[in-house]
Amino acid sequence: MTLVLSAIDLPLAAFPLRLTATLGARATAIFGPSGAGKTSLLDLIAGLRRPASARIELDGRVLTDTLSRIDVPPQGRGIGYVPQDGVLFPHLSVAGNLRYGYRADRAPARLRLEPVVELLDLGSLLERRPADLSGGERQRVALGRALLTAPKLLLLDEPLAALDAGLKERILPYLTAVRDELEMPLLYVTHRAEEVVALCEEVLVLERGRLVAHGQTLELFRASARPGWELQVPPAAG
Amino acid sequence: MLSAEEWQITRLSLATAALATALLLPPGIALGWLLARRRFAGKALLETLIALPLVMPPVATGFILLRLLGRRGPLGDWLERVGLDVVFTWRGVVVAMAVMSLPLLVRGAAVAFESVEPRLEQVARTLGASGSRVFLTISLPLAARGIASGALLAFARALGEFGATIVLAGNVPGRTTTLSLEIFQRIQLGQGTGTSRLLAVSVALAFGAVALHQWLMSRERRRR
Repeated sequence: MTLVLSAIDLPLAAFPLRLTATLGARATAIFGPSGAGKTSLLDLIAGLRRPASARIELDGRVLTDTLSRIDVPPQGRGIGYVPQDGVLFPHLSVAGNLRYGYRADRAPARLRLEPVVELLDLGSLLERRPADLSGGERQRVALGRALLTAPKLLLLDEPLAALDAGLKERILPYLTAVRDELEMPLLYVTHRAEEVVALCEEVLVLERGRLVAHGQTLELFRASARPGWELQVPPAAG
Repeated sequence: MLSAEEWQITRLSLATAALATALLLPPGIALGWLLARRRFAGKALLETLIALPLVMPPVATGFILLRLLGRRGPLGDWLERVGLDVVFTWRGVVVAMAVMSLPLLVRGAAVAFESVEPRLEQVARTLGASGSRVFLTISLPLAARGIASGALLAFARALGEFGATIVLAGNVPGRTTTLSLEIFQRIQLGQGTGTSRLLAVSVALAFGAVALHQWLMSRERRRR
């Protein structure tokens, strides 16, 4: 997977989001504090927001190019999106949510309903309604729903943010399995260094809409004195 | 009990109000969605036009309709050619009711669509759904209860419609006389006993429609 983001300019409420970057890792983190523009960047890549200017290319296919007025609609991008808090369809069962974007005839074997349901342990939830699910279950359903569209790239917006510590440990292996067993490229938004280190080889560090660092996770993060990890780049750099 | 004539009046009122509401649903839903989800030039003007029947004297609305649909009106000519008599017929009753109830249905639908979380519609797009599929599978089902309660209010409003009806459809016994028109006429003629029976029917119907509306709204609130 190669995602090219060039000359991105997206006006936000407090500042513009401006960056240029080429991403190619199996899993890339977009790391930064709340309000840095991370979700807006995902929305832009998914085609849900119109930029002032931008050129976005996924595996050689131009999805957005404001200069030549190319703007592929979200449903034509082949990009899966797991938004924050899952955003499941409340009027559909878990099975209905999973099937919403599923096309059995187009899905490769590893992204058929049965293997995905099995991988994410969704079998016992299929008849349930979203309102009756726990936070972790909701995230798994949202993950499965996006995977079943057989996307070329999966966007994840703080999938662990709403979960307590114990649950985080339980969901992370699912994400690793999606990355490795399903060979699904991930673009992972988070404000927690531990998640970056656990899941992503490459990281973009975003602050107030600007790219302050971009590189290999293990070059940019080091183990901190207290248990955990911290960013080595001074926030003002870049 | 009601006399045969009173039954006929009640049936005509219910049938015309139901038909008016049914005819309103497609344009009312479309307008409600447009106002809730789209920005376009002239939106404020459209909103104002839709709200007009709510605040104009119903008699004035009826008179405008009469001018539009009457024999020498811009639409009357066309109606005559396709053989549809509207003025002073039950169809006139339906048209008057529909126009007077439109603001209530559009408002209800707009509020219902506004309360659908936009993120749900966006996610549906990323799952490969076209705009029309998103509308049919996400927006409309999630707004359905709000639309239904708006439709009930519109129906109740249609049942009580008087001013526009009497101008456009007249008060033709057995053909265009609705509950409101008959009650008015009986008051004019001083027929006390029959009036109270029709009043009871009116109150019962209005009570039923509004109670159902309230019940739908409370279920809607509980779901959130």
